[in-house]
Amino acid sequence: MTEGVSTLPAVVALTASDLRRRVWLAQLGFGALAVLACVTAPLVGPTPISLRQVFDSAIPFAENVDAQIFFIARLPRALAGALVGASLAAAGVVLQAMLRNPLATPFTLGVSAGASLGAMLVITLGLPLSLLGVPAVPIASFVGALVAVAIVYGLATMQRQGLSTNVLLLAGVTLNSLFSAIILFVQYLAEPSQTLQAVRWVMGDLDVGGYRPILSALPLIGFAFVAFARLPRALNLLTLGSDSAAARGVDVLRTQRVAFLSASLATGAAVAVGGPIGFIGIIIPHLVRLLVGSDHRLVLPASACLGAAFLVVCDVAARTLLSPMELPVGVITAMLGGPFFLWLLVRNR
Amino acid sequence: MGARLVLAACVVLVIPALGFGHHGSGRIVSIVPALTEALFAIGVGPRVVGVGSFDTNPAEVATRARVGGLLDPNMERIFALRPDLVILYGSQRDQIEQLTRARIDVFSYTHGGLVDTLGVIRQLGVVTGHAADAERVASAIEKQLADLRARTGGRKRPRVLLVFGREPRSLRNIYASGGIGFLHDMLEAAGGDNVFNDVPRESVQLTSEAILTAAPDVIVELTYDDRMTQDNQAVEIAVWNRLPAIPAVRNGLVHLLLGNQFIVPGPRLAEATTAIARALHPDAF
Repeated sequence: MTEGVSTLPAVVALTASDLRRRVWLAQLGFGALAVLACVTAPLVGPTPISLRQVFDSAIPFAENVDAQIFFIARLPRALAGALVGASLAAAGVVLQAMLRNPLATPFTLGVSAGASLGAMLVITLGLPLSLLGVPAVPIASFVGALVAVAIVYGLATMQRQGLSTNVLLLAGVTLNSLFSAIILFVQYLAEPSQTLQAVRWVMGDLDVGGYRPILSALPLIGFAFVAFARLPRALNLLTLGSDSAAARGVDVLRTQRVAFLSASLATGAAVAVGGPIGFIGIIIPHLVRLLVGSDHRLVLPASACLGAAFLVVCDVAARTLLSPMELPVGVITAMLGGPFFLWLLVRNR
Repeated sequence: MGARLVLAACVVLVIPALGFGHHGSGRIVSIVPALTEALFAIGVGPRVVGVGSFDTNPAEVATRARVGGLLDPNMERIFALRPDLVILYGSQRDQIEQLTRARIDVFSYTHGGLVDTLGVIRQLGVVTGHAADAERVASAIEKQLADLRARTGGRKRPRVLLVFGREPRSLRNIYASGGIGFLHDMLEAAGGDNVFNDVPRESVQLTSEAILTAAPDVIVELTYDDRMTQDNQAVEIAVWNRLPAIPAVRNGLVHLLLGNQFIVPGPRLAEATTAIARALHPDAF
């Protein structure tokens, strides 16, 4: 049995009506989970708040502490968590299928290292610029992600016609190390307090403090998801190998291109919002495959929803467990997700 | 003959280890900014031959050799300066061991509260042979702090959030003083009550919820960037308007204090504490 770690499981054919029913059920089930997480999360926290006071329009918002805790300190975090979680999980699914590598994550191809380098440069150079009211760090991280994507994509398409997934992977991994080295170098030269800030950024954080970062990322992530929505069938065939896929009428190059660019866009935007939050992009897709099988028409939407729910729950833990201290959410995703995933892996064998 | 040689070697090696080498004339390397400043304050400045990467005060340090910092001390450069006394961080165990093996005296520094800082200045006086000068500096600080306490004593103590780090132009990654450490002590001496008094840590990373719940009367934000323009200062203060329920924000009591004296627990401690006191009790001055 080669399922799980060594290769991606082959797609088992389903009848059309059976599939439609299962897609529907999966979307309903996992979607409900995501909605439930988003609705419950703002109600939970270290400070007890009264819902009646939150929505009491008689108290001006400027004086309504409960409303500010709800609408500034909690709701944006839940929404940001949902958006970032969904993006990273979906990007993970798409990249694993496209690269035919179960160990691929949204960060494998250099996106997160590029984003981190961008953020790091702004933090250590102390550039206080902002564009249209968005602070410099998220912008720089998004630009860094795009630069990394452009380099990796350029290298992978340079050598021969088409997109070499091998070059893509190797270039991505190499770029990750190269950028990490530059990051370490920049950190080494930076002031200790800046280094602390930069290190903290890498651990991930969803305390966005408002809706603007979410709204800025939404069009990019929305665009990526529209592209994702057209991919599942082609991804199913691609997991059989590009030749078989081509034989069955898949435009392999186009699919790879769309998959890579849309996954990178979603990842870049997600990292700009919450920093490089690890583990979601690898653990959620595998978890979902263990639960619903490997048809991407099921796996992709279910992963997006479960990724959203999972990150929202992790963030509740991040802001509650050690209150008034904040725990890095990236630490929690790994500490909750890792052991659970290992257990699931062993149980299913 | 052989025995005499061994004896001579022992004397040569032991004398510097006993500390005879530096009293009054020894060469000093310090990579701890607060202590470098203290050395100059107690009149040992001329003997300082090497300083750390992050030393900026007093201005004379610019003329001294740089030998690295907490994470990257350059031992070769330190040895080349032929110091008799090296001041570094207590956590730099490897370096302390190397220096000890080279029979160079080490003064290791551990971060503490306000009282510890004054104690360190006095100890530094003893090991450099300037005990009287150090005593003068330390007691001058003590007197200034006592004056401050007297001045703000009868007044209502505001509940204060003391922030010392945050992502620029946003309210993310906010680091504030917990209930211990010299920042907390400075705040208390300046006549304020720390809203995170009960958190037994020097620094706390806060959520916006924690700040809304703590509801400080005043927010004092420290930044070592003393070249920040007026416009940028105004923008950084205005960032807090996103949390209008905080009394400090509602009443326009968010203060941005610039300069590294707030973050370096050295001889400018009283000066820094006074600046905080002025922000908290403007009518007391």
